[in-house]
Amino acid sequence: MLEVHIEKRLDRFCLKVDLETGEGLTGLLGSSGCGKSMTLKCVAGLVTPDSGRIVLDGRTLFDAREKINLPPQKRQVGYLFQNYALFPTMTAAENVRAGVRDRSRASAQAEALMERFRIADLADKYPRQLSGGQQQRVALARLFASQPRALLLDEPFSALDGYLRWEMELELAGILKDFDGPAVLVTHDRGEVYRLCRTACVLDHGRSEPMQEVRDLFETPRTRAACLLSGCKNLSRAIPLGGSRVEAADWGVTLDTGREVPPDTRWLGIREGLIRPGGGENPIPCRVDQVVEDLTATVVMLATPGPARLRLELPKGAWSALGGPETLTISLPAQNLMLLR
Amino acid sequence: MDWFPLYNSLRIALIATVCVFFLGIFAAYYAARLPRAAKGILDCVLTLPLVLPPTVVGFFLLRLFSPKAPFGKWLLDAFSIRIAMTWPAAILAVIVVCFPLMYRTARGAFEAFDPNLLAAGRTLGRSNTWVFWRVLLPGCRDGLLAGTVLAFARGLGEYGATSMVSGYTPGKTATISTTVYQLWREGEDALAYRWVSVNVAISLAVLVAVNLLENRERRQKERPAAGEAEV
Repeated sequence: MLEVHIEKRLDRFCLKVDLETGEGLTGLLGSSGCGKSMTLKCVAGLVTPDSGRIVLDGRTLFDAREKINLPPQKRQVGYLFQNYALFPTMTAAENVRAGVRDRSRASAQAEALMERFRIADLADKYPRQLSGGQQQRVALARLFASQPRALLLDEPFSALDGYLRWEMELELAGILKDFDGPAVLVTHDRGEVYRLCRTACVLDHGRSEPMQEVRDLFETPRTRAACLLSGCKNLSRAIPLGGSRVEAADWGVTLDTGREVPPDTRWLGIREGLIRPGGGENPIPCRVDQVVEDLTATVVMLATPGPARLRLELPKGAWSALGGPETLTISLPAQNLMLLR
Repeated sequence: MDWFPLYNSLRIALIATVCVFFLGIFAAYYAARLPRAAKGILDCVLTLPLVLPPTVVGFFLLRLFSPKAPFGKWLLDAFSIRIAMTWPAAILAVIVVCFPLMYRTARGAFEAFDPNLLAAGRTLGRSNTWVFWRVLLPGCRDGLLAGTVLAFARGLGEYGATSMVSGYTPGKTATISTTVYQLWREGEDALAYRWVSVNVAISLAVLVAVNLLENRERRQKERPAAGEAEV
């Protein structure tokens, strides 16, 4: 179990992270520059937080009050870097050997790991001669050579593209099944979190939000940042009007949410696929502003009575079936409205 | 033709380069870890000899090592070591003058080095010393070599500080540069030309070497990883 409670003053914001992970992979989701990598660097001991504590399986790695700050060498925290950080002047085999802690058995252990990660035939190649996928395998073999008690994965797929990215994701999922310590995956890709992680935590401008089960995070996000990261594209400022009613300020309408609106509600959102064309619950008269043909859907941008637009996504063909009107009344079903802090 | 000046210049430049190599690398390594303000001040102090006239460097060295100065007198009384006006004094002069060249090249190479590689070594449990010798230095090899060659070339041609602290004694302290000056004063143009061509030949060879090293480093940085090229 990995417990992280730290604060660190940075140039642009103050990083404040509270994270407790059990076994398995935990996602740390945030837009770029929100302090995700900095959090991992603090856990690995590469950066010293201003205050707080970090505990791994009961072992204190960092405690500002008790003046404990283990160097990275003693933390046994494996860090998989975004660019894999293979030593460019060493061959693949030398890279893996460099990771083995027990120097007397370095060669034997490195060989075993290179078999396991299917890179034995690349032993004498230098990192620049390897493909992105091969580099990641060498980096993983080197990482496991150091017998880490926890794994930190810093955007491990961002250096790969398309097909290879998917392959490596499947491969990593398999490898992580055999690892029984805590692991943290940092990413801005919600798909990766959804597919790979059981729990996740959203980091917004350096502040961590409470941990959530991944399914809950995507189905019922509780904050604006979580809602955006879960892929929702329609958000409006919300003013609770008492009872189940709420004013959607950016859309210029008052909506009935069908349930008690929590008083701390500041935003509300609805996914573009869950808006219904035609009247019904919470009807909004809109003007069609723009129509975009996407790969698998038709996206209709609707001008609402308020200052913001709504994004409606329809299956291909559904738009022409409606006859491509200039105005459209849509309905926002109460059960599809997400109330956010 | 008496070849002593060439021999003397080479031994002074070689010994000084070896010293400057280590001093410059360690100074650059530790300067890079200092807080910003301290780094700026140290940077100015360490680079000063590059812009000061060599005669000023020579002046300071004489102020320190002259048998009349307290430190020089102490060296003479306690160890019977006399430094001023001997050939090893020129080593000190060349070290001071060439140090900034090595320091600045090394610092540039270290700053351009991917910090993730150092971090990777540390999280894998390798000591900072191991990371320094096995990851950082090999990774910066070409840049450091270029700095070393540049320092050597500058040291070989050092005149101002050398002539002040070592003077010109044929067969004892004469270097190529002080010999050329002496020959010109004595009107021995033909001999002066020979030494000038020796000097130009060595300097050209060194500069070609620096260029080759820098080009090689640039090519290695620009070459895309095989993976990126494939996809």
